[in-house]
Amino acid sequence: MVHRYKNNGYNIVLDSNSGAVHVMDEVAWDIVGLYEDKTEEEIIEIILEKYSDRPDVTPEEIKEVLEDIEELRKSGKLFTKDIFADTVFDFKERQSVIKAMCLHIAHDCNLRCKYCFAGEGEYKGRKSLMTFEVGKKALDFLIENSGTRRNLEVDFFGGEPLMNWEVVKQLVKYGREQEKLHDKNFRFTLTTNGILLDDEVMEFANKEMSNVVMSLDGRKETNDRFRSSANGTGSYDLIVPKFQDFADRRNQKDYYVRGTYTHFNKDFANDILHIADLGFEQISMEPVVAPPEEEYALKKEDLPELLAQYDKLAVEMIKRKKAGKGFTFFHYMIDLTGGPCVVKRISGCGVGSEYLAVTPWGDLYPCHQFVDNPEFCVGNVYEGVKKPEICEEFKKCNIYAHKECRDCFARMYCSGGCPANAYHSTGKITGIYEMGCELHKKRIECAIMIKVAEAGL
Amino acid sequence: MKRIKTLETRNLAESAKKGGCGECQTSCQSASKTSCSIANQQCEKCK
Repeated sequence: MVHRYKNNGYNIVLDSNSGAVHVMDEVAWDIVGLYEDKTEEEIIEIILEKYSDRPDVTPEEIKEVLEDIEELRKSGKLFTKDIFADTVFDFKERQSVIKAMCLHIAHDCNLRCKYCFAGEGEYKGRKSLMTFEVGKKALDFLIENSGTRRNLEVDFFGGEPLMNWEVVKQLVKYGREQEKLHDKNFRFTLTTNGILLDDEVMEFANKEMSNVVMSLDGRKETNDRFRSSANGTGSYDLIVPKFQDFADRRNQKDYYVRGTYTHFNKDFANDILHIADLGFEQISMEPVVAPPEEEYALKKEDLPELLAQYDKLAVEMIKRKKAGKGFTFFHYMIDLTGGPCVVKRISGCGVGSEYLAVTPWGDLYPCHQFVDNPEFCVGNVYEGVKKPEICEEFKKCNIYAHKECRDCFARMYCSGGCPANAYHSTGKITGIYEMGCELHKKRIECAIMIKVAEAGL
Repeated sequence: MKRIKTLETRNLAESAKKGGCGECQTSCQSASKTSCSIANQQCEKCK
């Protein structure tokens, strides 16, 4: 599958199945668009007519481009076929191992963010803090079910995990003891709103957490619109200095300042740039997950503006990098030479098969976004997976499970999308969250464009 | 090639041969939690 697009003055061709990226002049770009459906004679006629004012566009030149295209095709860099369908089915037959867990260390929060998919920390349930015993059982379960996988990921999530900080520390200590005994390597991560962040937390996190996610939505008015305490006080003034300190102490590495944008800040690129202006170098910004009836939910008619924001951001990032003020945007990080293998790309995010979420009382769910729905409870840390049939359903969520992905150029970059978003949008985990797809496609186009610009070809 | 330049990229077909070790990061453990992004996941074997 070949995807041709223009962005920031570049004519780009992505060969989706091989991952090859080409940048072309407009003549070659047009010829690629005709290559599969037209004969050589037809292509020459069409191109000569279109570029009749260009003396450099001759039949010989066009033939040369056609030869180049054929050479790329033969070398597996253009018009490559999808040969991976069998791979994914073999992969699905493998025995599942769990390698990652989202520990809901606290179903409680000291903020009342109005858009919170976790229902202000409680996931439509009760306030609860995970005990050390439950967390310990979760880590034991992870080790027992991880097979030969060495790297095990544990995210301390909430609600707000710092509301149960002592248990986090105890679990890290326990994990470090156990990893030696079982030849595992725990990668702990922490997601926090920053309210309770202090020296002690930062020091511990910098020693033990391979990544931290700090929640900040951008400009003060954007952040404080949703991220406020029970009495309505916005969190911006309190958390920004702490996050700045935290990021600096981590040497501006291994963290993300992560925001959410909504219908109310469709100009979210300005929020990302504001975060960068605050001195942060690792930034993520996600579209809000919300029921369509909420006024802050993104609407279909917002899409053109949202897509334009991604373009604006990409251009500005190139400019800033040239000026020595570059920063990383999570969705524009694309590793063209050392990125994930094709098995990873086609087999889905691992929800319910490699990845589970654990509630404070030890119930297991396919992921954190299903924790508010008891129908998706697959078991608990004491008895293990009791409903393997649910996990099996999730295991089928790969790029071949979605008919909409069949002709989508971006499928090798999203692995078929987020099943939770699909479920909330269509009622099926094998559905498609259309808005999410459109945003993701644009992000991939921008990410590749930035690589093209940086390559200076 | 005069009118076509190609960026260096990982050959996905080649990556299938020794891929699937599963040691790389789970996508939702990084910074998204509400979308699936794998393009930015690094292959553990390529590090």
